[in-house]
Amino acid sequence: MPRRKDLRKVMVIGSGPIVIGQAAEFDYAGTQACRSLKEEGLEVVLVNSNPATIMTDMNMADRVYIEPLTPEFVAKVVRLERPDGLLPTLGGQVGLNLALELSEAGVLQEVGVELLGTPLSTIKRAEDRELFRSMLQGINEPVPQSAIVSAVDEAVKFAREIGFPVVVRPAYTLGGTGGGIAYGEPELVEITTRGLKHSIIRQVLVEQCVLGWKEIEYEVMRDAADNCITVCNMENLDPMGVHTGDSIVVAPSQTLSDKEYQLLRAASLKIIRALGVEGGCNIQFALDPQSFQYYVIEVNPRVSRSSALASKATGYPIAKVAAKIAVGLRLDEIKNAVTGKTYACFEPALDYVVVKFPRWPFDKFASADRALGTQMKSTGEVMAIGRTFEEALMKAVRSLEIRRYSLMLPETVKLSNEELEKRLSIPHDERLFYVAEALRRDFPVERVAQSSQIDTWFLQKIKNIVRHEQALSRQGRDGLSPKNLKAAKRLGLADRTIAQLTGFSEADIRNMREELGLVPVFKMVDTCAAEFEAETPYYYSSYEEEDEAPLEPGRRVVVLGSGPIRIGQGIEFDYCSVHCVWALRQEGVKAIIINNNPETVSTDFDTADRLYFEPLVPEDVINILKKERPDGVLVQFGGQTAINLAKPVADAGFKILGTSVEDTDVAEDREKFDALLERLKIPRPPGGAAFSINEAAAIARRVGFPVLVRPSYVLGGRAMEIVYNQDDLVEYMRSAVQVSPEHPVLVDKYILGKEVEVDAVSDGEDVVIPGIMEHVERAGVHSGDSIAVYPPQNLTPTITNKIVDYTIRLAKALRVKGLLNIQYVIGLNNEPYVLEVNPRASRTVPYLSKITGIPMITLATRAILGRKLAEMGYRGGLCREAPHVSVKVPVFSFAKLLDVDVSLGPEMKSTGEVMGVSGDFAAALYKGCIAAGYSFPKEGTVLVTVSDRDKQETLPIVRELADLGFKILATSGTAKALQAAGIPVEAVKKLYEGSPNIVDLLRAGKINLVLNTLTRGRMPEREGFRIRRTAVELGVPCITSLDTMRAVVSVLKARMQGDLVSVIPLQEYSLEEVAM
Amino acid sequence: MMRAMLALEDGTVYEGDAFGAAGESWGEVVFNTGMTGYQEVLTDPSYCGQIVVMTYPLIGNYGINNEDSESRRAFVRGFVVRETCSTPSNWRSRCGLEAYLLQQGIIGLSGVDTRAVTKRLRECGTMRGVLSTVDLDPESLVAKAKNSPHLTGQALVEEVATREPFVVPGNGYRVVLFDFGTKNNIIRCLNRRGCEVIVVPPQTKPEEVFKYQPDGVVLSNGPGDPTDVSYAADAAREFMGRLPVFGICLGHQVLGLALGGRTYKLKFGHRGVNHPVKDMVTGRVYITSHNHGFAVDETSLPEEVFVSHINLNDNTVEGMRHRYLPVFSVQYHPEASPGTNDAEYLFDEFMAVMQHERR
Ligand SMILES: Nc1ncnc2c1ncn2[C@@H]1O[C@H](COP(=O)(O)OP(=O)(O)O)[C@@H](O)[C@H]1O
Ligand SMILES: Nc1ncnc2c1ncn2[C@@H]1O[C@H](COP(=O)(O)OP(=O)(O)O)[C@@H](O)[C@H]1O
Ligand SMILES: [Mg+2]
Ligand SMILES: [Mg+2]
Repeated sequence: MPRRKDLRKVMVIGSGPIVIGQAAEFDYAGTQACRSLKEEGLEVVLVNSNPATIMTDMNMADRVYIEPLTPEFVAKVVRLERPDGLLPTLGGQVGLNLALELSEAGVLQEVGVELLGTPLSTIKRAEDRELFRSMLQGINEPVPQSAIVSAVDEAVKFAREIGFPVVVRPAYTLGGTGGGIAYGEPELVEITTRGLKHSIIRQVLVEQCVLGWKEIEYEVMRDAADNCITVCNMENLDPMGVHTGDSIVVAPSQTLSDKEYQLLRAASLKIIRALGVEGGCNIQFALDPQSFQYYVIEVNPRVSRSSALASKATGYPIAKVAAKIAVGLRLDEIKNAVTGKTYACFEPALDYVVVKFPRWPFDKFASADRALGTQMKSTGEVMAIGRTFEEALMKAVRSLEIRRYSLMLPETVKLSNEELEKRLSIPHDERLFYVAEALRRDFPVERVAQSSQIDTWFLQKIKNIVRHEQALSRQGRDGLSPKNLKAAKRLGLADRTIAQLTGFSEADIRNMREELGLVPVFKMVDTCAAEFEAETPYYYSSYEEEDEAPLEPGRRVVVLGSGPIRIGQGIEFDYCSVHCVWALRQEGVKAIIINNNPETVSTDFDTADRLYFEPLVPEDVINILKKERPDGVLVQFGGQTAINLAKPVADAGFKILGTSVEDTDVAEDREKFDALLERLKIPRPPGGAAFSINEAAAIARRVGFPVLVRPSYVLGGRAMEIVYNQDDLVEYMRSAVQVSPEHPVLVDKYILGKEVEVDAVSDGEDVVIPGIMEHVERAGVHSGDSIAVYPPQNLTPTITNKIVDYTIRLAKALRVKGLLNIQYVIGLNNEPYVLEVNPRASRTVPYLSKITGIPMITLATRAILGRKLAEMGYRGGLCREAPHVSVKVPVFSFAKLLDVDVSLGPEMKSTGEVMGVSGDFAAALYKGCIAAGYSFPKEGTVLVTVSDRDKQETLPIVRELADLGFKILATSGTAKALQAAGIPVEAVKKLYEGSPNIVDLLRAGKINLVLNTLTRGRMPEREGFRIRRTAVELGVPCITSLDTMRAVVSVLKARMQGDLVSVIPLQEYSLEEVAM
Repeated sequence: MMRAMLALEDGTVYEGDAFGAAGESWGEVVFNTGMTGYQEVLTDPSYCGQIVVMTYPLIGNYGINNEDSESRRAFVRGFVVRETCSTPSNWRSRCGLEAYLLQQGIIGLSGVDTRAVTKRLRECGTMRGVLSTVDLDPESLVAKAKNSPHLTGQALVEEVATREPFVVPGNGYRVVLFDFGTKNNIIRCLNRRGCEVIVVPPQTKPEEVFKYQPDGVVLSNGPGDPTDVSYAADAAREFMGRLPVFGICLGHQVLGLALGGRTYKLKFGHRGVNHPVKDMVTGRVYITSHNHGFAVDETSLPEEVFVSHINLNDNTVEGMRHRYLPVFSVQYHPEASPGTNDAEYLFDEFMAVMQHERR
C-alpha cells in the first residue's frame, strides 16, 4: 500500500548526547529518517537534546526542539505540536524508553498520537527480558537457561543451581550498562546490585554463560504486509562474552556454511514476525562452534549501532527504509537508492569483506581497566573494506589513529610465552596484537584458538599477515621483489610497515610501487555484487585489477573527515565535515569526502558527490588524491585528524585550501606561537618548554606555582595536570611523562580565572565573530568539559572588546582563511590571556551555529573558495547577540568506565554534550543540566568534602544550600570550617575512621548530592576517588568543581521559583537571516 | 604455483593461479552472487556445461562437508574465484575446496578480479569461454572459446540425469519426479513431507509413469536449454488434467513449452540467493534462490495460464499457474540449498493439490 494518507505530521525522537554505547549512529539514522519522511511529504517534528548533530539542523525537520529528553519535556512538545504519529525507533534505547514512558503516562493517548513502526507491545516483548523469553519459547526459538530477578539473593540462588559463570544482563539498557559476567558469588552480588540500579524497571536477567560461542548478528527488515528481508549478517571475531560494540566485527559472516547462515536467517525472520516489528530490527545469536545449536541472545527492535554498520557495509539505507515502512510503504514500493533501478525488497550481496574495529578511550584513561566484557567501553569505531580479510583488517587498524600501522606492538615483544598466553585468554583492547605476537612466535594456531577462543579461520588470516611481515624482514632490502611487494599490499600492509621491515623509507616504497604501477584501484559498493549497474559513488580501495571510479569533470575538492569518535574529537567534527560538503555542492563544486567512521552522516552514500571509505593516514589519502587530482583539499573541518594530514598532503604536492600549512604550524608550534604573540603584544600565560626535570622546575620557579604541565602536541588535554608545588612537579615529571629532546614538556603558569571561548570566520579581510562563550567552570577544567554559556553573562565591555580585538588580530596575523577557535582565560587582573588558538573548526561550532543562526561552516567554506563575507551579508567583528540564553553542558560516560576518576581537570573526559535554551540563564542552565541527566534532589542531604585550598570559597555556596533547606554533611576538616562560619553541619566519618562512614551512607542512600574537590594526586586508592566513584556508581550527582556547584545552586533556586519548562523550537531561536 | 587462464569469446582473458585439476575445459561462463553455498553450487547439476564465477571474493572458508552436496558429484566445467581458502574452519568440514576440485577433476582459477569478470558478463551477456592450465596463449585460447559449442544443442540433461528409475521410500503420497538433473533437496523436501518419491529418467514415457499410479508429478531442475528436451514437454502435456504437476526451474520451462509457450535466453541469467520474487496472488515478496539462464516468455502463454510470480529486479516470469488444472511451476528453487527457505511453502501447496485431487 502507498504511504498512509491519514498521517500529516510525524514526530521523531533523537538519542540525546553521545555516551559510550550510543554514539553518532543515531544522528545518521535520525538524519536519514527525517529526510526520508520529508520526501514523503510529511511535516516532521524532531526532539533531541544534542546540538552537535546534523539531525538537529534547521533544515532537517520543520520543527526542531533541542530540549531535554525527559518525559516531562517531550510531553510538552507532544502537547504543543500534536503530531499524528511518533517514530520511536530511531533514537536508540533513549528514544525507545521515552516513547514507552510517554505512552504509559497516557500522554500519547491524550493527544491521540500513534506509535509508528513498532507498537508498544513489541517494544516490551523485545526489551522486557521476561516477555522476551516467553515470546521466544512460544515460537520454540532457543534461549539460554536464565532467571529474571529483581533482588540479589534470587540471583545467587539461581547461580547456585546452574553453576558459575553466569551473565548478568539488565533490562532496558544499552551498551550492556550495569551488566557483566560473574565467575563467583561476591562478583555476582556486586554486578547484580549495579545492574538493578541501571534498569529502569529494576530487573536483570541472570543467564547461563555461553562464553566462546560464535556471536552472530542479523539485520532484518519487515513491512506491514509481512514481507521480510535480512540486510546482512555479521560475525564477531571476539566470540560471546565481549560486547558486540567492543568486538572486532566482520561482514558478511566468514565461518558459517550456507546451512548455518540460513538456519539463523530463518530464525531471524521468525522472530521479527513474532515481534511484529514494522521497520528494522537487530537480532543477536550465540552459535555453538561445534554443532547447529544456537541461542537467541537479544533483539533490538529499532535501528542500532549494528544497523548503521550494516548500512555502510552493504550500501542498504536501513533507517531510510525503516522510516518509509513506518508510514505505510511496502518494501517492494521503495526504490533501492543505490542502484536506482531495483527495489528495497532484496538482500544485498557483498563482493568484498568489511571489518569494524572499536576505538577505546584508554589512551585518555590510563587508570581504567582495559579488560573487555559484556559492558561496552569503546567510544567509537572504524570500518574498512577490502577484497581480502587481511586488507580490510589492516586498513581498520590504520584507521584507528592509535599510532599503529601493523600488527606489531613493541610491548608484546618483552613478554614471556606464559605471560603472552595469559594475555590471550583475557579479552582486552590490544588482544589482536598479542594474538599476532603469539603467532609470530609460532604458537600453534590451535593453541591460540584454545586460549583466545577466536576461530582458527581468523587466526590463519592473521598468521598470513605475520608470516609475510617476517618474510619481508628476513629478505631485507635486496629481497624485496615486485612479487613480494604486491603480495604485501594485497595483505593490506602499509608502505610504512614494509619500509620498516625492509629498511627502506616509506617514500622509497611508494616510489617503487608507483614505478611498478602497483597502485590501488577503487571499487564500488553497490549492494548487488555488480549484478546490476549502480549509481552511487561509494568507493573503497583495493590492490586489484580493474578500477571503477572514473574521474568526474569539473571542479573537485576533497574534504578530509575526522575518523572514529573519541574523547576530544566527537561528532561535532562530522557535523562540520558534512556542512562543508553541502556548502561545496551549493557552490557548484564536486565534493569528495574521505572518512572511515561507519556511524556518521558524512559516510552516508548521498552526502557527498563521492565517498571514499578509507583510512585517514597519509598513504591511503595520497593514493586517493593521486587518482582524483582535486583542485584542493580541505583539512579544517575534520578536527585534529585532518589537520595532521595537512603537511603530508601538501608535501605530496596537493593544494591545501584555506589557512596555509605554515600558518597552522605557527599556531601549533610553541616557539613560533610565542613569537607571534610577542609581536602582537597579546598576553599568554608565562611558561616554557622543558626538556628535563630540572628545566621544568626552573620554569616553575620563574613563573611561580601553580603551573599547568603537559607533553607537547596533544589533543584533548591528555596527560595535562595542574601542579601546585615542587614535589608534585617532580612526581609528575617522573611518572606521567617521559621527557626527551623531541618530546618536551610544556610548563605554563596556571592562571586562575574565567575561561571564555571564541569561534570566528575569516575571509582574509574581514573576521566575523558569531559569538563568545563564557565557561561556568574556571580555567583548569578543560573547555570541552565545562558548561559553556552564550551569550556571556559576566563580561565587561572592556574585556569583550579586548577579546574581539585579539581575535581579529590573531586571525589576520595567522592569515586565517576559514575558521578559527581561541580559548582565553581572564585573569583576576581582568586581562584576557590566550590559552590556545586552533586554526580549524572546533567542538563549539555546531552549538554556536545553532544558537546564533549563523551558518559558520557554510560561510567558512565559501570564504575558502574565495568569496567575501561582506558579499554574503556579514560585517566584520562581533555579531549582534541572539535573543535567547543557551548553555552547553558536557555529558560523561563514567558509569561504563569503572576505575576512572570523575573529577574535572585540564584533561578532557566528556563524551558528549547537550544544550539548554531559554529566556534567562538560570532556566537555560536548568534545562541543560536536566538534559545532561543530572537528577537534582528537591530536598535532602548534601555531602561536602573539599580541599583546604577551596574551603573559604565553599562557605557561601554551602550556606545557600542550607538556606534552601538541604541538610549538610561534611568530613571533619570541612565541617570545622563550616561550623566556624556558623553553617549548620553534621560531621561524618572518613573511610579510615570506621563506619558508618561516607561510603556506607552513600550505599544506604542517605546522601543525595556530593560536593568534592580534588586534593593532590589522583591515586585510585585515595579517599576522594573512592567517594566519587561510589557516588557515580550509585547514580548520586557528584560535583567536583565549585563553579559547577555554584551553578547548580542557582538552578535549585531557580526551580523553586516554579515552572521553567517552556520549550522553544530552533526555528524561533534567532532573528538572524540564515544565509543558506 | 601452476597458472591458469580463462578466455572469453569476446577476446578478454583473465590469468591467475590454477587450483584443483589441471587441463582444459570449455563452457558457458556465468556468475553467481551467493556469499555462501559454494558446495551446493558445485554439485547442482543445473550448472553442467558452465564455468562458474563466484562474485564473493573468499571461497572455501568453511571447507567441504559430507552433507551439503546436491548430487553425486560436481558438475561445473570450471570454477573461478578471487581467493580460495587453504585453511577452512567449520565443524563439519571434511576437506578443503582445492582438494575437492582435484578429486572431482575440476579446474579452478583463483587470483583474478572476479568483479571485473562479472561486470564483463553483465554488460556483454553470458559468453562461451575456455579455462586452461595447459594452454596459456591468449590468442589460441580465445580462438578455442570462439569455436567451442554453444550451450544449446548439448545433451546436458542426459549427462546428469539418472539412467535407471529409483525409489525413495515414504508412506505418504506417491510422487514421480522427472529427473532432468534434480538437486537432492527436491527429493528431501518431498520425502520430508512423507512422499514416496520415484525418480525417473528424463525420457521416461508417460504410460510408464501412469503405471506407478502416482498422486502427482514433479518436473525437476536441470541444465541447458529447455528446447533441447522437447520430448519432456510432450510427456508433460500427457499429465495435464490427469495428475497434479509441479515444475521447478528447467521443469518450469518444460511446462511452459508443454503449454504452448516459448522460452528465451536471458542476457546473463539469474544466479544467486537474493532474488526478490513477488507472488502475484498474495502480493507477498519472497527472497529466493535462483539458477537459470532461460525464461518463459509471458506473451507466449495461452490465456488459461497466468503468471503467478514475477522477479522484482527485471519483471521476468518466475512462476505460472493453470487457471483450471492442478498444474503450476516456478522458475526458482523452493528447495533452496543454497539459499533461503522462503519459498518452501510451495511444496506444501503441491501436497494440498495432491490431497484435493485424490478426493
Ligand atoms: N548468555 C551469555 N553468555 C555469554 N555472553 C553473553 C551472554 N549474553 C550476552 N552475552 C554477551 O554480552 C554482550 C552484551 O549483551 P546484550 O544483551 O547484547 O547487551 P546490550 O543490550 O547492551 O547489547 C553480548 O554482546 C554478548 O557478547
Ligand atoms: N595556563 C593556563 N592556566 C589555566 N588553565 C589552563 C592553562 N592552560 C590550559 N588551561 C586549561 O586546560 C584546558 C586544556 O588546555 P588546551 O590548551 O585548551 O588543550 P586542548 O588542546 O586539549 O584544548 C583549557 O581548556 C584550560 O581550561
Ligand atoms: Mg547487544
Ligand atoms: Mg582547548
